[in-house]
Amino acid sequence: MGPLVPEIFSGEFNLVIAFLVGIGFGFILEQAGFSSTRKLVGLFYGYDFTVLKVFFTAGIVAMIGVLILDHFRLLDLGLIYVNPTFLWSAILGGCIMGAGFIIGGFCPGTSFCAAAIGKIDAMVFILGSLLGIFIFTEVYPVLENIYLMENWGPVRIDQFLGLTPELYAFFLVFVAVGAFVMVTFIENRVNKRKTNLSRPVVLKYSFLAAIPFVIIALLATTPSRWEYILAKIREAREQQKCVIKEIAGDKLAYELQHNYFKINLIDVRAPEEYNQYHLPLAVNVPVDSMLNRGWDEFFTQEYKINIFYADEDTTAKKACLLANFLGKSENYVLKESTDQFRKMFFNPDQPPPAASKEIMDIYYFRIQAAEDLLNLEKALMKFSQPVKREIRKIKGGCS
Amino acid sequence: MKPRPYMNPYLAGFFLGLVLLATIYVTGRGLGASGAIKDVVASVVKGTASDHYENAKFYREYSENDSRSPLISWLVFEVMGMFVGAFLSGILANRMTLRLEKGPGVSNKLRIVSAIAGGMLFGFGSQLGRGCTSGAALSGMAVMSLGGIITMFSIFGSAYAIAYFVRKLWIK
Repeated sequence: MGPLVPEIFSGEFNLVIAFLVGIGFGFILEQAGFSSTRKLVGLFYGYDFTVLKVFFTAGIVAMIGVLILDHFRLLDLGLIYVNPTFLWSAILGGCIMGAGFIIGGFCPGTSFCAAAIGKIDAMVFILGSLLGIFIFTEVYPVLENIYLMENWGPVRIDQFLGLTPELYAFFLVFVAVGAFVMVTFIENRVNKRKTNLSRPVVLKYSFLAAIPFVIIALLATTPSRWEYILAKIREAREQQKCVIKEIAGDKLAYELQHNYFKINLIDVRAPEEYNQYHLPLAVNVPVDSMLNRGWDEFFTQEYKINIFYADEDTTAKKACLLANFLGKSENYVLKESTDQFRKMFFNPDQPPPAASKEIMDIYYFRIQAAEDLLNLEKALMKFSQPVKREIRKIKGGCS
Repeated sequence: MKPRPYMNPYLAGFFLGLVLLATIYVTGRGLGASGAIKDVVASVVKGTASDHYENAKFYREYSENDSRSPLISWLVFEVMGMFVGAFLSGILANRMTLRLEKGPGVSNKLRIVSAIAGGMLFGFGSQLGRGCTSGAALSGMAVMSLGGIITMFSIFGSAYAIAYFVRKLWIK
């Protein structure tokens, strides 16, 4: 599941990827004509709208791609970098950049491409941007207030507008296609060319324009992978078909005593509850976050068994069913709830004096087990802290 | 030999979108450009005035995170790749020329001055706006970032607003 960095590719290899990505980026920008300053500014005077066409198409292709990957749970949207919104600096910075664009005739990315094929004006532009950034860093203390004002965090525009991502995408594609048609007419008029409205051309472009709409409609109307999994679980439950293997508290304690290294004891409650009290050796994987790829190592391995527990039966069972869908590992639910287990082992009632040997045996076993588990936890703590996995959020952006 | 024609803009946009998507899938971040220039500035300042580098607030994120050179960064490597990619494309399409491109009737001096001024404005703005057309606008659009889209509209909106007043630079 993406993104592949940093879990699958290391930081150093990431730089190699950056270089390769850059080759593709530079190649395409040059092929599209972004290495020519007159072509770039054409859109502001109506004689060449290449920038708008390339830019919008690229943005839409990537955006729909992200939606598709998310739909099939191939990309964790919670981890990718979403540029944060700082309202005033975004507007003000954008306006200054716009002035730089129309006066200088480039933006940074396009100036690199133009310089690479020998455009002297682009090299000069790069020199200018070095100076501009230097000046910014020197006067930064004065601008810090504006720079940090109205921090809205990494908001997505669909959330801001209260739309579903698909609806927003649909709307954006609609605007883009409308813009493409309009600028084609403007471009031809300014250049005194005749617009080619022959049947094959119109048909071809209409067909191409329909593709993104169809894809978005399919994404919006078919259940995503996550919804699919949840529906499966609900169905299994309604039909009483769930095969949930349960494990009794005594058995769990015994196994932990003797084979703790073969067991993942997983607390699926919220982190606050986990921090307040959890069974010895338990790790915390809140049920709502089970799809985060950071936990994959629990659910896709085949060496250890997973034992889930929570305060009530339904939560633990839900987690167990989810785990069954996520991977091949063997999953069990603890029969007892957190409090029952705690009472059984750490606060047992003294059996009456006339209790049978069996009851006494269980009583002593539990007291011994409780002590062993606490010792185990203490001992293991020194080796490897029961892992609280940090999922690193990716840093990105251009600033 | 005559330069080859440019690629169909929609096709180029499609490929560019795929590169951006692949980048997001593999690295979790989008493309960028101005950030690399900032890394170069930071490394020059670090090399020539290290006291100042330690003190200046805006450089602090570098010195805190990493003892390595600011040049060992994702964006610097990406931009090096961009030069190579554009160079290859230029050779394949016969577009390699050492020349100054400018609007009709514009003197070389004016073009150089306007390119420097434009670069300075763009560089300055890219830092204030946390990214340029690549990092904020294009990549922001792909991940539906509100901030990126606001920046994009500001860039193009302001360029349109100013275009009339500087038209002598570009059209007759």
